[in-house]
Amino acid sequence: MPNYVSQSSVVKPLSASSPLIQLEGVRKAFRLPDGRRFEAVKETTLSIERGDVFGLVGKSGAGKSTLLRLINLLERPDAGRVRVAGRDLTALDKPGLRNARQGIGMIFQQFNLLQNATVFDNVAFPLRIHGRHAGPQLAARVDACLALVGLQDKAASHPAQLSGGQKQRVAIARALASQPDVLLCDEPTSALDTETTESLLATLRDINAALGVTIVIVTHELPVVTSLCRRVAVVEDGAIVERLSLGADAPPAAAAHTRLGRDLLRLREGPQHASFEPREAFRA
Amino acid sequence: MPEDIVAILPELCTALGQTALMLAIGLAGALVVGGPLGIWLFLLGPCQSLENRALHAIVGWLVNLVRSFPFIILLVALVPFTRVITGTSIGPVAAAVPLSFAAIPYFARLVEQNLRDVPRGVIEAAHSMGATDLQIVSRVLLVEARSGLVLALTVLAISFLSYSAVAGVVGGGGIGDLAIRYGYYRFQTDVMVLTVAILVVLVQLLQWGGNALARRLDKR
Repeated sequence: MPNYVSQSSVVKPLSASSPLIQLEGVRKAFRLPDGRRFEAVKETTLSIERGDVFGLVGKSGAGKSTLLRLINLLERPDAGRVRVAGRDLTALDKPGLRNARQGIGMIFQQFNLLQNATVFDNVAFPLRIHGRHAGPQLAARVDACLALVGLQDKAASHPAQLSGGQKQRVAIARALASQPDVLLCDEPTSALDTETTESLLATLRDINAALGVTIVIVTHELPVVTSLCRRVAVVEDGAIVERLSLGADAPPAAAAHTRLGRDLLRLREGPQHASFEPREAFRA
Repeated sequence: MPEDIVAILPELCTALGQTALMLAIGLAGALVVGGPLGIWLFLLGPCQSLENRALHAIVGWLVNLVRSFPFIILLVALVPFTRVITGTSIGPVAAAVPLSFAAIPYFARLVEQNLRDVPRGVIEAAHSMGATDLQIVSRVLLVEARSGLVLALTVLAISFLSYSAVAGVVGGGGIGDLAIRYGYYRFQTDVMVLTVAILVVLVQLLQWGGNALARRLDKR
């Protein structure tokens, strides 16, 4: 009898409250061409809950992109731990890390699609390298991902034949192909015009709602944050200087102690806070 | 004047065959050895997955070393090596040994330069999806650089068409050798003009074919 009790406590699933992404005391410095050290990310601890839409906002050079790239170890931290879905990525060997990265999708400012491959082959890329899908099963998965971003009719096109917004949608489909828990977005709308940005953000919102994929987005565009994110961290000089909720429990603008934080909250309180605002609103 | 040309025709056919043989062996050597060497050199470079400054410098230096030899010196210097490999130092197959030897670092450098044109972000995206180094080579680098690589091979083929003329020194034969022996040493200007015309046509064809293939492969 007591045996069963202890077993049930052992097989208890990962507690729902344990964060999906945990950065524990991570640090990253780069050596500049002139030999000096540049601290891109100072000692930082950050937790992101499963299903959240989390923004990292700051000026260019603040270290927000480096912070994002620490999550899938595109940058290896000089110190600290990176945990995603309970797994300590910093402790994994190369094959282990490759395996873990299948659960972490990523999209980029410059899309980074294979130019010489069709849309289909781009989306199939992660499936083929992991070798878990083949033949009709692979085609069905690619088709489903293209349907998610509304580009089923472009499967045979090459990226050069697509608009910027369509390229980013292909990149999203590619990132989602291996059914990741997390989607990392590095300035995904910075190369897009306002209208395209708005529809891309709608797609990201849908994906978060429909699939429960946790989204972490780096941007310097404040309207992107207020339109998409539930929580946000303001990054300045390699450190998180303020954390804010943008949901129903958001504080009044005056409560924020950074200028960027106040701007964000004010933008959120504005009459059109639900939608993307024109670029005049930028103060980042 | 036409009798010079009529007299040379059988030998011209043999020479064409020899040139084709030397080029085929030399280019195959370049592809099989120089290609992977160029990829390795690229991967050893700054910010790449096998980054190793010392090894990159050493391999780069070796590549430059072989490329700095005048081909005729290489041809003679390699005679003992050629004899070991082919059992003889005379003939088109023997001449193909130094030809390959020179073509390998030449092509390796061209490959390295072409791979550098692949945007870093695309390689990074593949890393972020969990691709192995080998998958990045075969599914990213070679796919994205393929039209440049075809043009590199075209440049190599054309350079080595003229290099093969020097192979006459070791009895390698070929069209270039024919031009020197009949056209130059025997003052048969018509033979000279004919052989040079053939070489001009060959070069144009190679370039045209290379351009056409590269254009077809390039979807950027």
